Amino acid sequence: MIYLDNAATTPMKKEVVDAMLPYLYENFGNPSSIYQIAQKNKKAINDAREEVAKYLGAKPSEIYFTSGGTESDNWAIKGIAEANNAKGNHIITSKIEHHAVLHTCEYLEKNGYEVTYLDVDEFGQISIDDLKNAIRDTTILITIMYANNEIGTIMPVREIGEVASENKIIFHTDAVQAVGQISIDVKANKIDLLSLSAHKINGPKGVGALYIRNGIKIENFMHGGGQERGKRGGTENVAGIVGLGVAMKYAYANFERKILHLASLRNKLVEGIIKNIPYTKINGHLSDRLPNNVNISFEFVEGESLLLLLDMNGVCASSGSACTSGSLDPSHVLLSIGLPHEKAHGSVRFTIGSDTTVEDINEVISTLPSIVKRMRDMSPLYENFINQK
Amino acid sequence: MYTEQVIDHFMNPRNVGEIESASGVGVVGNAKCGDIMKVYLDIENGIIKDAKFKTFGCGAAIATSSVATELIIGKTIEEALLVTNKKVMEELGGLPPVKVHCSLLAEEAIQSALWDYAQKYNIEIKGLKPPKLEEEGSEESLHA
Repeated sequence: MIYLDNAATTPMKKEVVDAMLPYLYENFGNPSSIYQIAQKNKKAINDAREEVAKYLGAKPSEIYFTSGGTESDNWAIKGIAEANNAKGNHIITSKIEHHAVLHTCEYLEKNGYEVTYLDVDEFGQISIDDLKNAIRDTTILITIMYANNEIGTIMPVREIGEVASENKIIFHTDAVQAVGQISIDVKANKIDLLSLSAHKINGPKGVGALYIRNGIKIENFMHGGGQERGKRGGTENVAGIVGLGVAMKYAYANFERKILHLASLRNKLVEGIIKNIPYTKINGHLSDRLPNNVNISFEFVEGESLLLLLDMNGVCASSGSACTSGSLDPSHVLLSIGLPHEKAHGSVRFTIGSDTTVEDINEVISTLPSIVKRMRDMSPLYENFINQK
Repeated sequence: MYTEQVIDHFMNPRNVGEIESASGVGVVGNAKCGDIMKVYLDIENGIIKDAKFKTFGCGAAIATSSVATELIIGKTIEEALLVTNKKVMEELGGLPPVKVHCSLLAEEAIQSALWDYAQKYNIEIKGLKPPKLEEEGSEESLHA
């Protein structure tokens, strides 16, 4: 099997699983208890907190563990909105955010908040001028993703941080796809809150973190016991948190080399596809792009059927077609960068992982042309195109 | 997600292709929704001698096109009209809820091809309704 869907989730690293196992068996104590086996768990959580903080350029006291990226996004957006509703009710985001952000903003709109959804250009980036123009006296939060999950485009985070800070507006970024792919410094980029998830970096599912800059006023999201310095109730997912800490360490180990490796495989795959298959188009930014993301539209064919054929050939990928989204509309991201529906339906995303080899990429490059040809030979759109030529 | 029958018809679709100087051709769906089905019929003495299709769409769309054409070959026009989306679904052992519209498309594609045949030869087919207006949209997007 060739797994090229690492933006969806990643396989866990053996080192991560090994580090977690003791916390599922013998070290079962509740970290809030006072006896020794429990205190050991408290220390394990704080070690993981230090690890996460280190790679974000944050302080350990600014890291709060959650159940994953979706909770982190929900907490950040709802928590900031509620804590600052005396100041204003306006939020700025982009049209290509993950649904964890978009649907949270839509929820707030139903509850008296106003949200501006910034357009993106054909590569998937917002314009800083648009951002500045969208700011009102009542703007309390800017929430814009670090990098997009579908097309891999990296947002101008530093400039967004500057604008937010100059206007004294809180800046949250969903960095679920960026962590482990980009070197992150929350202070240099003036980021106030940042969401991340463990399972995107070879860690376990069901655990993530929210960085909250010291001094930021935020309402709680999970009300309960006094865990996480009273900010996030619920007995800690100790094994998961330990797994996140270890995953973070590996995500940034030999980082420069890892990024070069991923980017070289990505470029090889893009070139191999574009060269061998006519009527294809790469979606997203060519340079401001995650090193592991390839997103390509194959004209005249539909993405889900390509995925099924790829699957039959042992290749796992994903698509922005409507048929895979469970609705009639294709991906909101692809439509926002201006793709017509039929090209959006024909998009396929390949996301490379640290285990991906050159052989894997070569295999995909050699398998794809016959798959695409097979679907095009069956396509009335292609028939029409050829007849008109 | 898909039954074995759907995967079989997707992997080994029956009756893919075109029929030159077909008795009737029907196109339904549109690229916007991600599904277009084009069905060609060869009709002689009220019997469907052959049926071919071309489909732009997901696995379910291709499988339903394949099954639907298979079900009507050798049948009379009246029998072909009985090939409903329910029948297509049955043959495939069911479809996921979000894919049910694909089986509707197959039924509509056959009826649209029969309508085209009836118009061309000035025949009245009892119980056959003209294709829905949305078809014009599909033609448009097909030529876009």
